[in-house]
Amino acid sequence: METEILHHTRASFQDHLPVLVILVPFLAAPLMVLLGSRRLSWPIAFGASVAAFGIAILLLAKVIDGTEISYHIGGWAPPLGIEYRVDAANAFVLLLVTGIAAIVLPYARESIKTEVPVRHHTLFYALFLLCLTGLLGVVVTGDAFNVFVFLEISSLSTYVLIAQGSYRDKRALTAAYDYLIMGTIGATFFVIGLGLLYMATGTLNMADIAERIADQGGNRTVRAAFAFIVVGVGLKVAIYPLHLWLPNAYTYAPSAVTVFLAATATKVAVYVLLRFMFSIFQPAFLFEVNTLEFIILPFAVLAMFAASFIAIFQNDFKRMLAYSSIAQIGYILLGIGLLSEAGLTAAIVHLFNHGITKAALFMGVGIYVLRSGGSFLDDIQGLGRVMPLTSAAVVIGGLSLIGVPGTAGFISKWVLVQAALEKGWWPVALMIVASSLLAVIYVWRVIETLYTKPPASDVIAGEAPLSMLVPLWIMAIACVWFGLDTDLTIGASQTAAQGLLSGSAGMR
Amino acid sequence: MFDEFTGPFIIGHMNYWLFIILMMTGLYIVVAKGNLVKKIVGLNIFQTSVFMLYISMGKVTGGTAPIFPHDLDIDPDVIYSNPLPHVLILTAIVVGIATTSLGLALIVRINEEYGSIEEERILEIEQAITVAENTAHGDVMGGRG
Repeated sequence: METEILHHTRASFQDHLPVLVILVPFLAAPLMVLLGSRRLSWPIAFGASVAAFGIAILLLAKVIDGTEISYHIGGWAPPLGIEYRVDAANAFVLLLVTGIAAIVLPYARESIKTEVPVRHHTLFYALFLLCLTGLLGVVVTGDAFNVFVFLEISSLSTYVLIAQGSYRDKRALTAAYDYLIMGTIGATFFVIGLGLLYMATGTLNMADIAERIADQGGNRTVRAAFAFIVVGVGLKVAIYPLHLWLPNAYTYAPSAVTVFLAATATKVAVYVLLRFMFSIFQPAFLFEVNTLEFIILPFAVLAMFAASFIAIFQNDFKRMLAYSSIAQIGYILLGIGLLSEAGLTAAIVHLFNHGITKAALFMGVGIYVLRSGGSFLDDIQGLGRVMPLTSAAVVIGGLSLIGVPGTAGFISKWVLVQAALEKGWWPVALMIVASSLLAVIYVWRVIETLYTKPPASDVIAGEAPLSMLVPLWIMAIACVWFGLDTDLTIGASQTAAQGLLSGSAGMR
Repeated sequence: MFDEFTGPFIIGHMNYWLFIILMMTGLYIVVAKGNLVKKIVGLNIFQTSVFMLYISMGKVTGGTAPIFPHDLDIDPDVIYSNPLPHVLILTAIVVGIATTSLGLALIVRINEEYGSIEEERILEIEQAITVAENTAHGDVMGGRG
């Protein structure tokens, strides 16, 4: 692969795109706090995320043919300087994250009016942009320590955003606190891992680490680093036994925050996991330690069943979806655990498809909360008749969650089952189908309450405001669109999977 | 035999042993203590241990402070310590302070809402809320209270 190296002196606007995608939201956040105007804060936030989305499109257009952009921060060449590196895989993730941010913001405007006091709105949008900055930085950077810094920027703002739910339910505060404790432990484990890697290789540039690690795969320091990094990032991903922060955080956060986090934050963490597992530690090294087969895979299967099972018994729709998220992360990890090109492709496809599916569903929940004051099943009963448009979109999202043919969820499960069969692991394939049946149960419970029961008497009738309905339907249509047209998702995922499986060669 | 063991393995790696002890102390406090402020203290100790790990690896035997002389007339025989881990840890310290202050701010808010910063008491209150919710919304689950 051809690597384009840019020198500071002759760089034009186009060449600065990798850093601009981060700088735009990063500078917009303090700007809106300094201006302090409540009227201006939303337009600035929306403008910044649309601009970031535009830049992400430009970047993807530049790297889709397989070129890589290596951007040197401040003109300092790596390995001493910090390098930003954009290739097809992370440009795709950039597109997902900025796209979701640009769609969530119009939705958030109405949603937080009732959920967050007006005096906090400016700060809310500022934190939203900082969270976006952190997530984008994690994706775009080619420097291992820089990943930690951006991870903490996004995490710290996430904790505050979750705590904003305390005006509806005070349990948001303890949810944010628990997440802070667990998230910080995870991040610190990650830093310890980086420290050990630095000891073993003497560099922090990802491509350099990958190159030097190849000579010393069996080194005990490297193995310890691998363990620390997988556990640390695993906390952020919410790999099954490390998921305890997730249900409360998703349930009590403001609706718009839940939509954004569910669709992007865990996905970015999975991206980090993939980058470290495959690009930095070699696939050959993975075979050697068998981590995937004996640790990740069993936990992934456990997550698929245990979390789905708990979801069935929830009487809060939002909490049900939170547990279902843990189960869906199980599918993604299962794909990774299969350790084949087909498996990785399935994991990345599901990463994307689950992102849009959950975004649609959580947006629906937010609208129900706005209209009926709660997301418990008896709050939302009968709303299918009162709010036909919202509920239709929720049903589409639900079908996609189950994996009904014609929706995005079907595509990723189909690819996943194929990947399992390709390996000859038919029991795993059966388990994927079986756990999908569990999803049928909990999704059906929601559809049943929405359509067959009479609405509660005190429900304020009426559809959602247009600014919430349009983002919801964009997501719902995306669920169907990517269920029918799979060229973009499967194509890009395949390219990314090939890049990842070729190890450090994929970074050169 | 014993000297060989204590020498390079224990004394020679003293920083790393202390790092492990500090790290485990911090982690233990986070897990074992029920007071939310104490948990933050534990988290702090845990993070500080990592600073020690990084600073230890920046040490080069016989190395001096990595500051070039004023006239930039560098003597090639002088060995300098590795400054990079120090710089990294400056960043990590800032992150640690931000985390601590945010954690403490959350505790203030929790205390306002729950009237306690003891985990047990908070869990009791939350359990009571959950039970109340289940009774109020339990019909959909077949009246389970």
